[in-house]
Amino acid sequence: MSAHTHTPEDFKPRSREALADPRLRANFRATMDFLVERRAAQFADPAEYARLRDLGEAIRRHALANLPELLEQLERKLAQRGVQVHYAETIEEAQEIFAEIAGCHGARIMVKGKSMVSEEIGLNQAMEECGVECIETDMGEYILQLDGDRPSHIIMPAIHKSKEDIADIFARHIPGAGHTEDVNELIGIARKALRRKFGQAQIGVSGVNFLVAETGTLVLVENEGNGRMCTSVPDVHIAITGIEKVVEKLEHVPPLISLLTRSATGQAITTYVNLITGPRRPGELDGPREMHLVLLDNGRTQAYRDERFRSTLQCIRCGACMNHCPVYTRVGGLTYGTTYPGPIGAIISPHLQGLGATRDLPTASSLCGACGEVCPVGIPIPELLMRLREAARHPVDESGHPPLRGQGAAASQLERLAWKGWRILYSNSRLYRIFAWLATRLRWLTPARQPGWTQGRTPLRPAPHSLRDLLAARRREQAALQAAAPSARRSGAGTG
Amino acid sequence: MITSLKQRRARDNILSRLRAAPQSAQEAVPDVAAYYREAPVVTAGSKVERFIEQATYWHAQVVEAGVDAWPEAVLKVAQDKQLRRILLGRDSPIGDALGRVLPPDWTTWYQGDWPLCKPHLFDEVDAGITSTVAGIARTGTLVLWPGAAEPRTLSLVPPVHIAVLFASSLHETWLDAATVGNWSARMPTNVVLVTGPSKTADIQRLLVYGAHGPCELVIVLVHDEPAGRGTT
Ligand code: SF4
Repeated sequence: MSAHTHTPEDFKPRSREALADPRLRANFRATMDFLVERRAAQFADPAEYARLRDLGEAIRRHALANLPELLEQLERKLAQRGVQVHYAETIEEAQEIFAEIAGCHGARIMVKGKSMVSEEIGLNQAMEECGVECIETDMGEYILQLDGDRPSHIIMPAIHKSKEDIADIFARHIPGAGHTEDVNELIGIARKALRRKFGQAQIGVSGVNFLVAETGTLVLVENEGNGRMCTSVPDVHIAITGIEKVVEKLEHVPPLISLLTRSATGQAITTYVNLITGPRRPGELDGPREMHLVLLDNGRTQAYRDERFRSTLQCIRCGACMNHCPVYTRVGGLTYGTTYPGPIGAIISPHLQGLGATRDLPTASSLCGACGEVCPVGIPIPELLMRLREAARHPVDESGHPPLRGQGAAASQLERLAWKGWRILYSNSRLYRIFAWLATRLRWLTPARQPGWTQGRTPLRPAPHSLRDLLAARRREQAALQAAAPSARRSGAGTG
Repeated sequence: MITSLKQRRARDNILSRLRAAPQSAQEAVPDVAAYYREAPVVTAGSKVERFIEQATYWHAQVVEAGVDAWPEAVLKVAQDKQLRRILLGRDSPIGDALGRVLPPDWTTWYQGDWPLCKPHLFDEVDAGITSTVAGIARTGTLVLWPGAAEPRTLSLVPPVHIAVLFASSLHETWLDAATVGNWSARMPTNVVLVTGPSKTADIQRLLVYGAHGPCELVIVLVHDEPAGRGTT
């Protein structure tokens, strides 16, 4: 249960704990290696990958450049198809929308397909408070919900659990389920338990991978079929996603899906690509009678408003950046304490939750650049991390951009003073000379423990002689040599 | 009422914030067709052969049949797999032909208020049979257009899904299928691309078929292409 209390503020202590857990590290290492290999096999031809990625990036950038118009077009199309569109600026507003729809239908049970945005608004908890049971139906998410745990990866949510763990969880929480560690049987147990729920639920909830403005279509990709269940069986379907998920045309979807599934799990395509364009029409025997789409802002407009951060919204949530991240692989997803972990989490969470809470996340990177290289829509993640680090350190932006929420949260008076001193020292040669003279003489005074630095490195200590002293000494030596043997002068200069 | 006012305000606030943002330099219009034109084309084998190879790779079972004998091929699948409760759409394009061949006591027509009986649907059906509007050679994918004749759950809930695919409807990519079929102008309520039976690898990355949808997918591939097998 402790998982529920994770917050991004605890990132540092939590990562220390995670690093000390060999089983967790082995789990993550193995899974990430597996996903990395599968992806690499899909993109064996780098030239083809580059072309597809450029196309994907162009599609997403084009969509973002026209975002307000596309949202309006989408809204019109959806209205024609009988879908009700709701905008929510905050998490609370989104929760209210769900509560109201559930209230209208007197719903007691909701079944939910995998949706990170529903995770972002804490839907399960909020529904529980209004007396609605909201059941996760993605196998991984279902396991976690039974155990009161949280997802640690956006594509493979339960990778931190072993089949022995899951056998225990099922035996404890599913009535009539015996104890088995056979994976086929485990899935069979969950399948049966959830089928009952699909039949009973009045409302089905889903996320959305892409929204198509020209047709008013919701695109969902999945392997399990629970997404299709949630959007076909209950009488009401509520889809929730971020405002940035829209693309202009239907033809923009195939390349994005190809990038998404190949980057995420190394599959050329998922079992199902589900294109939903409205509730059931007269004559149709199933499908929801009522359909809603909730479009969530929750800080996305902050990323949008500043061109330096807008590319954050190009993301198609494939998870490749985390699979390839040396930090994520070692500390795992739960450590981040945010809905989206890993590099994507580090660049999006500051907009969703403010830099105050998330100031450490952009520093959780060695800036090796792997995330930026594998991102299928060309988001320059390392650059964005640097910009966020800077924003966290400086309360006022010198470039004149409006401040981010929580801007300057990591600013330190001491650090500012240190830099100020540094500047004075380095722009005044007399002062600098005195400083260098003192530093080289008093080097034995430098402490052996230097907070932050010596955790993983040997202590910093001034050299015994400054460069200036060394040069002067060498010049003296050369002069002495020349005086002794003037004929050696030419060849001697060459070896300096 | 209060909520709808609130939502109205939320919408206006969000859109005006987006509008107030600095305009990005005009982004190039993405040229999807150009990418596919220049993309390396797999030419090994005919479209039919590639479809079969891919569909099989994704764990679908492909049964080939002649243009006149496909209902019998479906019957044979039902016999071999001992499917005794088979669900199909009365107005489906393949409904009549199958109705003539399948034993009446094996068949249930998906019609009327049948879907209200969710327990029947979930517990008492062995297989669902659907038509397809297209097939995609590159990934071994079926394109279904569920609707009035063939409800969405027909291809989803029963543990076995049998799909009848005509070879003449094969396309190379799903962009081709969507372009030729002019989907964007006539999107039905639901289009589903299906590649293999439902699956999950959520427990320790171990692959299990039959997650929430069908455990088995059987494709009856009807050779109706003009020059018989082997045309591309
Ligand atoms: S930032 Fe890029 S790599 Fe990471 S999840 Fe988003 S699209 Fe995938």
